[in-house]
Amino acid sequence: MIDTNLVVGICLLLPVLGAFLVLILGSRPNVRETATLLTGGLTFWHVWGLLHHLREGARPRLELLEIVPGVQLAFEVEPLGLLFALVASFLWIVTTLYAIGYMRGHHEKNQTRFFFFFAIAIAGAMGVAFSANLFTLFAFYEILTLCTFPLVTHHQTDEARKAGRVYLGILLTTSVAFQLLAIIWTWQLADTVDFTEGGILAGTASNGVLSAILVLFVFGVGKAAVMPFHRWLPAAMVAPTPVSALLHAVAVVKAGVFTVLKVAVYVFGIDLLGTLAATTWLAWVAAATIILASLVAFQKDNLKARLAYSTISQLSYIVLGALLANEWGVIGGGMHIAMHAFGKITLFFAAGAVLVVAHEKDISRMHGLGRTMPITFGAFFVGSLSIIGLPPAGGSWSKWFLGMGTLEAGQVGLLAVLMLSSLLSLYYLLEVPVKAFFFRPPDDAHHGKGIKEAPLPSLIAIGITASATVGFFFWPDLWHELMTMVVSGVGQ
Amino acid sequence: MTYHLPVLLVVVPLVAAPIAALLNRPRLSWAVAVAATLWALYAALELLSQTMAAGAIHYELGGWPAPYGIEYVVDPVNAWVVVIVALIGALVAPYARVSVEREITEDRIPLFYAAFILCLTGLLGIAVTGDVFNVFVFLEISSLSAYALIALGSDRRALTASFQYLIMGSVGATFIVIGIGLMYVMTGTLNMADLADRLPEVSGTRTIPVAFTFLTVGITLKLALFPLHLWLPNAYTYAPSAVTAFIASTATKVGVYLLLRFFFTIFGVTFSFDVMQLDRILMPLALIAIVTMSLVAIYQENVKRLLAYSSVAQIGYMVLGISFASVLGLTAGILHLFNHALMKGALFMSMGCVMYRVGSVRLERMNGLGRAMPWTMAAFVVGGLSLIGVPLTVGFISKWYLVQAALEQGMWPVAGVVLLGSLLALMYVWKVVEVAYFREADPELGISEAPLSLLVPTWVLVLGNLYFGINASDSVGIATRAAEVLLGAL
Repeated sequence: MIDTNLVVGICLLLPVLGAFLVLILGSRPNVRETATLLTGGLTFWHVWGLLHHLREGARPRLELLEIVPGVQLAFEVEPLGLLFALVASFLWIVTTLYAIGYMRGHHEKNQTRFFFFFAIAIAGAMGVAFSANLFTLFAFYEILTLCTFPLVTHHQTDEARKAGRVYLGILLTTSVAFQLLAIIWTWQLADTVDFTEGGILAGTASNGVLSAILVLFVFGVGKAAVMPFHRWLPAAMVAPTPVSALLHAVAVVKAGVFTVLKVAVYVFGIDLLGTLAATTWLAWVAAATIILASLVAFQKDNLKARLAYSTISQLSYIVLGALLANEWGVIGGGMHIAMHAFGKITLFFAAGAVLVVAHEKDISRMHGLGRTMPITFGAFFVGSLSIIGLPPAGGSWSKWFLGMGTLEAGQVGLLAVLMLSSLLSLYYLLEVPVKAFFFRPPDDAHHGKGIKEAPLPSLIAIGITASATVGFFFWPDLWHELMTMVVSGVGQ
Repeated sequence: MTYHLPVLLVVVPLVAAPIAALLNRPRLSWAVAVAATLWALYAALELLSQTMAAGAIHYELGGWPAPYGIEYVVDPVNAWVVVIVALIGALVAPYARVSVEREITEDRIPLFYAAFILCLTGLLGIAVTGDVFNVFVFLEISSLSAYALIALGSDRRALTASFQYLIMGSVGATFIVIGIGLMYVMTGTLNMADLADRLPEVSGTRTIPVAFTFLTVGITLKLALFPLHLWLPNAYTYAPSAVTAFIASTATKVGVYLLLRFFFTIFGVTFSFDVMQLDRILMPLALIAIVTMSLVAIYQENVKRLLAYSSVAQIGYMVLGISFASVLGLTAGILHLFNHALMKGALFMSMGCVMYRVGSVRLERMNGLGRAMPWTMAAFVVGGLSLIGVPLTVGFISKWYLVQAALEQGMWPVAGVVLLGSLLALMYVWKVVEVAYFREADPELGISEAPLSLLVPTWVLVLGNLYFGINASDSVGIATRAAEVLLGAL
């Protein structure tokens, strides 16, 4: 029996180990991908094992070393972190499966480098998920930013270089200028940066100062893509689709909203958060992001760009959930991390499949493709339902809780925003499968006889995430249980 | 021998220098240089551990008691500086062999090593001595040898760069010696401890503020604080690669040490900061240095020059920390002495590798180097990330303390400027990264990875950047001790 605390370390080390296996086995693609799948499976298995300990009320903790006096590089498993880790490690396996079909089908170069940084990025996400204090979180947050840069700029074209600049520029600028300042400020006020149930900032400074710190945190977490710091997300779409799918629908962006939730619950504490002057104001910034990003998504004909803006909009749901400062909001926000991850990754998988098979990027040129690729577009339909929040897809639960949260907070206006945004997404997401199934293909389109369904590994991946999306409508218990643990710890 | 360590630290290299010159064989002279630097490193580490354990070490030169003879005093402040200088020296010496063979004509190589060891001697001497006139003597030894080293650069512009440095450096040295003279006139002593005792009695006179002013200008010129930095960019750009790596990581650090020693130990915090209000000069200049010099760095096409301007900006960080005159601020400044030596050492050494293979460090010649010289450019990337201040590198630890020091005094805008500096650093570092990784290399050039004798010292520093960024308790502990010693010497 391995010591529980060590399991945390294993979860962090396995992806790194996988990354170096990829480097060593680079010349033999089949062995290389098997190695990634195996380490992915092992990682998920260990993360899953931690769930059992949480249910027993344990909080596995691993302290590596003291970086500077008083600040440790330390990890601690709590329900919110475990939720994020479960989502990221499970989808890593699925995405690897998908990437095998995609990268080969699309004849991408430098696949070894791709799978290497991919695994490192997962290690970064694990570090973010399990970090026990703000310092550790910040360190892994930046590692995640840096190791995804080679993935975003994978094609090394001029376009990739420019997108890479925007990506790194916004993410590093916000994190260094705002988030780091907020962290050091917190350290000065509270004399600790450990995540603690009930928060650490209560009573340390005036409402105004704490509000300022909250503003710095919300905008400093650039990965949460709250407007006006959202431009990096569409820019990152130059990356190969598996990157967009796992990193810019799951690991990277969820690391951002996860950080916001974590700070709200464990640094401020929802009781304190509800009393701050800036909270309501920031909730409306998130609401504005939800609507504006949906409106932009409307106008995008490029499918990946549309999905990117949809992601920006959905991320702000989670930020909003945190800023509602009540249990409903936190539960809804946390569940939406999982629900949106499974839904959006399905959409990205489908978009990538269309690109590989039919070489089409624009929605207006996908008319009629649904008849030749029914599974892909069927999955797209299911994923869309989840994002919109309609049954029978998991997203309806998180949206339900978020809606309850707005009412609990007495913000009917915010509820109206959620409704309006769902209506908008109903249109801009369902337009894609509807046109693919029912419209006639454009005359010059050459997707005639040659087009089949996506490569088999990719198709299996799409199938898994789409079924999970439906499954979470009927069995949302796991995510709900974890989030209840988060708020019940906080309530007392 | 342990008792004589403070003086042997300086005497052994001082004797080694003429030996290196007389041997007159490149390889043999090099071996002497390596031996001398290794000795210095051993002695420095030994001194540091002694002073951390047992407090200040006093050594009377030739057995003459303090006011008559010269006294060497080692406390955590200068032991730390000595370790930095010796460490960089011990890494540059093995690195120099291959690099120097490529950049300097063979007949001058023994002279190069002689000058190199002399420069090391001078820098170590400045740090350990407890006598202000002795400071001046060692300052001249290190400066004159540095002028010679820079003039050995293969580009003819090295000569004008060296001459420029000679003029500016001499002006600075003259100012320092005038300041020392004025203090001697008023107190009748050159010993630092005695000066600290006697200065308060005469600080009401006009002479002492004048001495203070001369010293301020002289020292800030030596450490290249904006706007007295004009000698630095050319000197760093045209000097041989090994010289740049050595001088950039040590010479200005010793200048910062002089600033600390004169204004905290000798004049005392009260006089320097309450009466003379030194912070009103240092802080604005440091902030201007951080912003403007980083901006200038962004527009450079020669990477060594880019790093030189970045150095001026980084000196701004050190001086900024000092200008807070608080334990936290001084800790940040002293910590950054070490941390900056690690990062600039690594960066300039990686540029030395590029110089060795490509023959130029201009950006347009560095296309696609990320593929052709993966280890060299990876070293540059890590060093650059450290310069930006990414967590788990030393640069982050410096920023962490510097921002804290600013917040402690409620100076939000200053904290903002520190972080802004990080973002500007991102811009100039990334400029190089994009050229190396996003442009296609010219395959006809056939550039390959640098030899191991260049890569190993470079990577030792790179790993140092990571190690002391992850486990900073030791370096922070020493810096805090040093800060407390300086502030305790009221």
